[in-house]
Amino acid sequence: MNAIVKTPKTASKLATATRRGVIVSATAAGGALLVGCSMGDVLSMGAKKQDFGAFGPFIKIDPDGWVTVFNKHQEMGQGNHAGLAAIVAEELDADWDKVRVQPSAANAKIYANTLIGGLQGTGGSTAIANSWTQLRTAGAAARAMFVQAASVRWTTPTKDITVKDGVVSHVPSGRTVRFAELLPDVAKLTPPAQPTLKKPSDFTLIGTDRVARKDSLAKSTGTAGYTQDVHLPNMLTAMVAHPTRFGATVASFDATAARAVPGVVDVVKIPTGVAVIAENTYAARKGREALKVTWNEDKAEKRSSDQIMTSYKGVVAGKSDVKWHAFQTAGDAATAFGGELFHATYEFPFLAHATMEPMNCVAQVDGRKVKLTFASQIQTLDQLNAAMVVGTLPGAVEIQTLPAGGSFGRRGNPTSDYATECVHIAKHVGGGRPVKLVWTREDDMTGGRYRPMVLHTVAIRTDTDGYPAAWRHRVVTQSTTKGLPGAGAFDPSAVEGTKDSPYLKATPVVDGQAYIADSPVTTLWWRSVGATHTAMAMEHTIDQLAHKAGKDPADYRRALYTRAGATRHIAALNLACEKAGWGQPLPAGTARGLAVHESFGTVVAQVAEVSLVDGKPRVGRVVCAVDCGVAVAPDLVKAQMEGGTCYGLSAALYGAITLKDGVVEQQNFDTYQVLRMNEAPTVETYIIASANPPSGAGEPGTPLIAPAVANALLVLTGKPTTSLPFVKA
Amino acid sequence: MALTLNINGHDYPVQADPDTPLLWVLRDELKMTGTKYGCGIAQCGACTVQADGQAIRSCQTPIQAAAGMKITTIEGLGGTHPLQAAWVKLDVPQCGYCQSGQIMSAAALLAAKPKPTDQDIDDAMSGNICRCGTYQRIRAAIKDASGQAPATANA
Repeated sequence: MNAIVKTPKTASKLATATRRGVIVSATAAGGALLVGCSMGDVLSMGAKKQDFGAFGPFIKIDPDGWVTVFNKHQEMGQGNHAGLAAIVAEELDADWDKVRVQPSAANAKIYANTLIGGLQGTGGSTAIANSWTQLRTAGAAARAMFVQAASVRWTTPTKDITVKDGVVSHVPSGRTVRFAELLPDVAKLTPPAQPTLKKPSDFTLIGTDRVARKDSLAKSTGTAGYTQDVHLPNMLTAMVAHPTRFGATVASFDATAARAVPGVVDVVKIPTGVAVIAENTYAARKGREALKVTWNEDKAEKRSSDQIMTSYKGVVAGKSDVKWHAFQTAGDAATAFGGELFHATYEFPFLAHATMEPMNCVAQVDGRKVKLTFASQIQTLDQLNAAMVVGTLPGAVEIQTLPAGGSFGRRGNPTSDYATECVHIAKHVGGGRPVKLVWTREDDMTGGRYRPMVLHTVAIRTDTDGYPAAWRHRVVTQSTTKGLPGAGAFDPSAVEGTKDSPYLKATPVVDGQAYIADSPVTTLWWRSVGATHTAMAMEHTIDQLAHKAGKDPADYRRALYTRAGATRHIAALNLACEKAGWGQPLPAGTARGLAVHESFGTVVAQVAEVSLVDGKPRVGRVVCAVDCGVAVAPDLVKAQMEGGTCYGLSAALYGAITLKDGVVEQQNFDTYQVLRMNEAPTVETYIIASANPPSGAGEPGTPLIAPAVANALLVLTGKPTTSLPFVKA
Repeated sequence: MALTLNINGHDYPVQADPDTPLLWVLRDELKMTGTKYGCGIAQCGACTVQADGQAIRSCQTPIQAAAGMKITTIEGLGGTHPLQAAWVKLDVPQCGYCQSGQIMSAAALLAAKPKPTDQDIDDAMSGNICRCGTYQRIRAAIKDASGQAPATANA
């Protein structure tokens, strides 16, 4: 669509984008642009004016004493809601048991993620990190207002007033008053812009196990409301027939039989396929089964996975004339790679996120009014994409954000794929009638947005002590940011974790280059993004080099970390090794594997105990040491290490989406095998005390288990791992 | 054709086709949304309910097969089941989407084996997928609810 906003003169100029650093410098929604406005102003164009209470956009306190914290982020399981609320409660000195959390409205002007500039959204393990100062300030400002109000009411200096658990006290007289009783007084005040924040040593809530989830009861009684559970009056349910090959489009369709299915209301072509609209889910499914669609596959991907990997290998071998992107260079590569070299190759398949709740959305479109009710992860992109479908301003798209039944990155994507589909269907239905789009498991599994296939190759010359002297590294993969407004041709996440690795910093000559291939197969960030493959390539390479040098892998790493000044890596490695009993005897047939990796500002070291059972790796005990700065919610950090390890192990053991002549071979959990209870490791987590601002916890626990297992298998079998998953289909 | 389903102790007349999976009648017709759709082919366990005390997958159970049985859903546990208390105590859920099914499988296990071993837990619970990877806490919570608990999930 064109010109959603009256445009000033300058041409649109948008954005370089990575997942963590989206810098959008003009509106993306159709080439229009504003000058002299902040990005938040632009992205929230058309938004209803929001009136906040006395405490601003993040805090509401009711006369019954309950404190509501508005969460601008998506709660997809990672538990950010509890950490964010605890930050507020700490500075406010609220009663933690009377603090609750609600999703905020979608409004980038107010609720932007400061680490993905301009956009309201959740990703890159940034929820706590970007909210840290913002919410401490909001909490401290509200506290200061209560202190001031009490000071006026009691005509006493503020220095004599204390606050604890939602009660304001006058120390000399012993008088007390609850927050709720002071609300009328506070309403006359304005929050101070720069309130005094607590010293971290004075925290009484942050960093304690009192910071527990607030949603466990609802999630244990079936009452947590997910998108799948939305029932609105007069609501229709839709399913979409998608092509079996990526890049195919609808040539023609015959809806006669589909329309004859009882409960089917309508059948309509939309840009991504043909939608069957019905009175309920089962009728929509039966209607879709009866639908006949002919696809135009002229531009479709018809290769198989092995052909794609062969083409990647051809690129590395110099068989194609491609433009490489040099991501890290040091020293004189022209002369440094003579003599004997260590070579390794690592192949990675497509991976599906396979959230427990398949993708879905509820949309209502009435003219140019749009309301979306769903687990939006990047609200601003969803607003932009929905606005383009109906021709309205992005801020006029109202979003009620619901919790997600998992995401791992899937729900936030550049084109808002499933949400946009739902808006197209609701636009066709019109009149504001609610439409719930349901993707089946099969739709979800075959619907793309995969972690891309990746090829890493390394060639290393070692010095006389066995340490790397020259490191050549090649990465070939697809972009995860294709289609993101303003994204460049090169996707920096393709090499994050290899680039600037302590090992490369410790190596005098580095020749690191990457190539971004293209395909109609859609790709996306997947929990821990580049680290899903770079951690394996780096950590498994290091163990092979250590073995070749006859050195202990922990000692070998310490030497390189010392050269690179990677003190946090050393601390994490030492703690994990100490707790795991590194070097202590194990039963015959069991070996330990070590991995250390930094992602999203958090360093994790992991030691896994691995044996082979019927030829398959069996992981028992896993010890994690994590440095994530201040751990706001230690038990939730532990939960993320436990869950991240399982998610990573699931992919390492079994995860592979494969194409046969362009058609996805996996449809459901019978063929896309995932980790189950009987294979789950026991994860112990130790958090390194830190006064640094919090970094992320949702993703950094994921990428280590694959190399840790590979390194243990190297001990057990003497053979390196050259491709994932470990268990071939 | 109308069928009668006994769910959580109440009789419900339903109008859906007899081959309709119980899951969709629970969710779409009766608006009992605690039971989840995950895969539709009895591979993930998110739709687990109990039929005469046995854990079954409602996505693969036509209502004509469910008629005449006593169906219990997560709503029927009442929120005070020892497993639910243990789930909250140990903060088991992450995204939470699979947890209704996990708890219904665990409740059937405890009804049959009040003090399950690790092997019992593996056998009873390996049909329930959790993509967030809460297995370790699920195991700890089952043990907690059966009075043989480690104090914390990280123990």
